[in-house]
Amino acid sequence: MLFALPGLICFAIAFLIPMVMGVVLSFFKFTTVTDGTFIGIENYKRIFINNDFTSALWFTVKFTVVSVITINLGAFTLAMLLTRGIKGTNAFRTIFFMPNLIGGIVLGWIWQVIINGVLLPRGVTIVSDPKYGFWGLVVLMNWQNIGYMMVIYIAGIQNISHDLIEAAQIDGANKVTMLRSVILPSIMPSITICSFLTLTNGFKLFDQNLALTAGDPGKQTEMLALNIFNTFYGRSGFEGVGQAKAVLFTILVAFIALTQLRLTRSKEVEA
Amino acid sequence: MSLATTKRNHLILTIVLALLALFFLSPILIVFMNSFKSKLFISNEPFAMPSADTFSGGENYISGSQKIKFFNAFGYSLFITVFSVIGISLVTSMLAWYLTRVKTKFTTFAYYLLVFSMIVPFQMVMFTMSKTANMLHLDNPIGILVLYIGFGSGLGTFMFSGFIKSIPLSLEEAAMIDGAGPVKTFFLIVFPILKPTAITVAILNTMWVWNDYLLPYLTIGTEYKTIPVAIQYLRGGYGAVDMGAMMAMLVLAMVPIIVFYLSAQKYIIRGVVAGAVKG
Repeated sequence: MLFALPGLICFAIAFLIPMVMGVVLSFFKFTTVTDGTFIGIENYKRIFINNDFTSALWFTVKFTVVSVITINLGAFTLAMLLTRGIKGTNAFRTIFFMPNLIGGIVLGWIWQVIINGVLLPRGVTIVSDPKYGFWGLVVLMNWQNIGYMMVIYIAGIQNISHDLIEAAQIDGANKVTMLRSVILPSIMPSITICSFLTLTNGFKLFDQNLALTAGDPGKQTEMLALNIFNTFYGRSGFEGVGQAKAVLFTILVAFIALTQLRLTRSKEVEA
Repeated sequence: MSLATTKRNHLILTIVLALLALFFLSPILIVFMNSFKSKLFISNEPFAMPSADTFSGGENYISGSQKIKFFNAFGYSLFITVFSVIGISLVTSMLAWYLTRVKTKFTTFAYYLLVFSMIVPFQMVMFTMSKTANMLHLDNPIGILVLYIGFGSGLGTFMFSGFIKSIPLSLEEAAMIDGAGPVKTFFLIVFPILKPTAITVAILNTMWVWNDYLLPYLTIGTEYKTIPVAIQYLRGGYGAVDMGAMMAMLVLAMVPIIVFYLSAQKYIIRGVVAGAVKG
């Protein structure tokens, strides 16, 4: 038991106690954690008085769908190109993976400068129109995540047995059948994990959103995590609403994560 | 396919990949280039090379690092990252060992709770956690280690536990029969076997803690700014951002992580793959 104690204590302080308190407080009106008065589901009702939460939800869903598709297609394509045994494969892999190590805040500022550099000659900036912020975030996330997912796809492709590929070649499989009937089914575990990671990363995105546009113009590029943060710390008196939003956000993320795992896991085949 | 066509295809592929690689590197190069331009010439023409008119030498580096006390931030980031990662690796491997080897309702429950914590978004607990940290006086660079160990324990326990299950129990039993207590058994027998997983856990957590923004911002951000907090602080209130200082600080923020990456990339890429497969 002595072995478990330090871990369990840290876990309780950092996660478990705040989590339970958070759920309880979402039914209270409060400004610090000790001055709450019980108000039932009032906080949850107040979330929907104005539409900033639903518009953040919609923006997040659109962003996540687009970036999950583009990142995984890009990463898979690069992985296919880098498993053909050409010279310099390692150097390419090193370069493609590199952006992943850079933190979200730094990434946001890098791309803000570049995108504004492209837009300024046309007399606009990234916060002139929400569509610039949207596509800016998509480009940023692709740049950051393609290398990471590529590494996972490469591992998956390298694990396909040569016998399987040879057998398909002898049977006269063309490139399309090879991809659809041999490669894709064999790397289903990689697809599961990559779509899981991109999906949850997309939904929980915060740092990049804050540094790139900070939700501008007028909250129109605000994602869920940033919306919750601004509700908590933007104006006093809305802490309860922020906490209620956070509870809904958690349920949503957990639901999506579990559904996604169940869906793609069911498609995995035993090698 | 003839040898000649294969060769030609490889050449085309290499050129395409080289162009892509350049495209991947260009954002970093652009920031680097602009960090030597005076601040008025950055936003308007970020793609122009520094010229005699726009070149400003190391001025941005000096003004930027004074503005946000970059070297203090670097110190805090380094301290917090190193000790959190050591702490997480040690504490969660011990926790995982206990939870895997002692099977009770409580340990099973605790294990699932830890795994669940991995998907809970930080916004769920950020407010209550920062208040709790404040009440327990954990709002300093040492106290924050407790929070990082707590938040990191989900992933750590999950990964160690997966590996411990594959270690034959007979090894530990043999050590016990030879008279080794649990402490000796763990540190002399179990932990050395866990080393590959420990490296993976350490790498994934280094990438997380070093780049983390919200947790240090909310708990220690006013007094002790880590690098991401200091960078975002340059944005300031409502005034225009000093883009010169920003570019220079972005470069300084990237240098340590790129050096770390290039010196340990074999382990980093392997660690990412191992972490993903377990996930």
